[in-house]
Amino acid sequence: MSDFFDLFLLKTILELSCPLIFAALGGLLSERSGVINIALEGLMLIGAFFSVVGVYYFDDPWIGLGIGLIASAVGATIHAVWCITFRADQIVAATAINLLAGGMTIFLMQRIWSQSGQTTQVKKLPEFWGTVSILVPISFVSVFIVAFLLYRTKPGLRIQAAGEHPQAAESVGINVTLYRYACVIASGVFAGMGGAYLSIGELSMFTRDITQGRGFIALAAVIFGNWTPFGALAACILFAGSQAFQIQAQATGLGISSDLLLALPYLLTLVAIAGFVRRSRPPAGLGQHASTD
Amino acid sequence: MSTNQPAFQPKKKSQLSGLIATLATSAAAVVLALAVGAIFILISNDNPVDAYRALLNGAFGGRRAIAETLVASTPMILGGLAFAIAARAGLFNIGIEGQLVMGSLAGALVGAADLGLPPFIYVPLAIVVGGIVGGIWAAIAGVLKAKSGASEVITTIMLNYLAFRISSYMLTAAAEWLSLIDVLQQATKKVVPDARLPILLDGTRLHAGLIFALVAAIVLWYLLFRTTFGYKIRTVGLSQGAAAFAGISWGRTIILAMFVSGFLGGMAGAIEATGLLGRHYDNRAGYGFTAIAVGLVGRNHPLGVIVAGILFGVLRSGANGMQNEAGTSKELVLILQGLVILSISALAALEFRRRQKRVRIEPTPPPTAADQAPQGAQA
Repeated sequence: MSDFFDLFLLKTILELSCPLIFAALGGLLSERSGVINIALEGLMLIGAFFSVVGVYYFDDPWIGLGIGLIASAVGATIHAVWCITFRADQIVAATAINLLAGGMTIFLMQRIWSQSGQTTQVKKLPEFWGTVSILVPISFVSVFIVAFLLYRTKPGLRIQAAGEHPQAAESVGINVTLYRYACVIASGVFAGMGGAYLSIGELSMFTRDITQGRGFIALAAVIFGNWTPFGALAACILFAGSQAFQIQAQATGLGISSDLLLALPYLLTLVAIAGFVRRSRPPAGLGQHASTD
Repeated sequence: MSTNQPAFQPKKKSQLSGLIATLATSAAAVVLALAVGAIFILISNDNPVDAYRALLNGAFGGRRAIAETLVASTPMILGGLAFAIAARAGLFNIGIEGQLVMGSLAGALVGAADLGLPPFIYVPLAIVVGGIVGGIWAAIAGVLKAKSGASEVITTIMLNYLAFRISSYMLTAAAEWLSLIDVLQQATKKVVPDARLPILLDGTRLHAGLIFALVAAIVLWYLLFRTTFGYKIRTVGLSQGAAAFAGISWGRTIILAMFVSGFLGGMAGAIEATGLLGRHYDNRAGYGFTAIAVGLVGRNHPLGVIVAGILFGVLRSGANGMQNEAGTSKELVLILQGLVILSISALAALEFRRRQKRVRIEPTPPPTAADQAPQGAQA
């Protein structure tokens, strides 16, 4: 009995980690290349919504996922154009994308489904081990892929160079603009994957504000994890653990108000950021531009 | 981090041309956003001209409509001011929504407690308490930034979610120990008449909160541009290094700036509760996020924020008319907000670079070897 309970808790934590891991990997890539990306939240929303739109029209969850990822990549491209080409304020641009994503998903939901709370049910991605989505193992494998890319390949080292010292990187012939564009767009794909997990991996529909701040928590995980893939992974599991605890405590009825329990992940994120931020070191070129023309 | 380009150049000679360029940028951004918004209206099979006409009609068609527009503008102006003061100190306060919720909750509780005070004391008291609670809530982010360097962008967002949870908790489970809660309504009990803001225009919902907002803008203008505190805030916002060189305490200044910012946000919430709604409800209007757009369009200048606040009030109050008359979903306004921010940030950046070209700045010096320690070594 207690074995079953532990296994169930483990499963819950793995599932709750999945969207955070995807979004955190996106944030990690973007920030390691030197572009601040607080648009993760909005990009997740876009991915979550357009995946459902895709499944709704094509009746195939994989095509739906593809459409969701394309949409979030387009959203990320806007962020890239604003931050890299226009050199607009990176936080302001991202805030605009977050607001746009929130408004646009509801606007289009009303257009397509004539309701503003949630869409109708659509097909989900394949599942195993009961109800675990295929995206859960993919998220964990992605951590290794990103780590390998970042530390063991030439493009990865160039991404790091672009993030640490864009001027120096440019002076040795690295196309900083190109690498940053690629990383920001990749961050959109990852964030979109995290969003798609929520809509067509876990649920089978899109609901208003489905992401509930997970994009921001993922970004906190990147900082808490010291801008490294495995550090971010550990932080995501920690935050997911606090969510799992909240679900367990609510299910077993500990007698604590559900609102206070629901606040736990956010409180933990706040404490983690406040307590550990000194020890973590952001990429030195974060938010800096390559050349001064 | 710098969240805004300084709205006005320090050089006296170019101040007027700078002002004109600033106004032109804001106006162009709004026009651009409306143009892109028209594409969304077309997507939803409506006629943009009809939709925008219905929007204007909803905002200005008659005495009641105009009153509603001013009612909607009130929290926009206060929220925009909240964003502006933080931005002037180089801080990006995304937590105005949470500060608004905390202020609304606190103001409504004070107003519902029936303290038996005369209205001319009770009304300001409720609003000031709301402001102080919002201010403390925001100051948490300021303290965390000053003490540990935690980015206020993340901490204010987390504080938002915490504020939403506190509000939700207070309106449900807290009823066990707090008699001021109306559980059935999912709200606080009604604010007593002596604590309600008076109505300015008979037969409408236009309350005296608008006067508070306008006075707050003028006070903030004075504070920013005519006092030492304002000078410190602006110096810190322009350059942390210069501030330190001038003997200004960076930490103390940003904590105070966050407090004032949160005070304005909390005030907006308390005014909504004691002026418009008469209670604190748990459903959120999202004014705290619109505040970012208001501050940016007003170029973080208190007087610019008044104009921008009214503009967004027009959008907000016209949205219902647009939905009813032209059938265009009122969520379009949310899209327009995002588009306005997007276009103003691009235009401001381009304008800033155009000015920079005239005054060449030396590139930043290369960092020391210690800054370039390999990342993997710390993992």
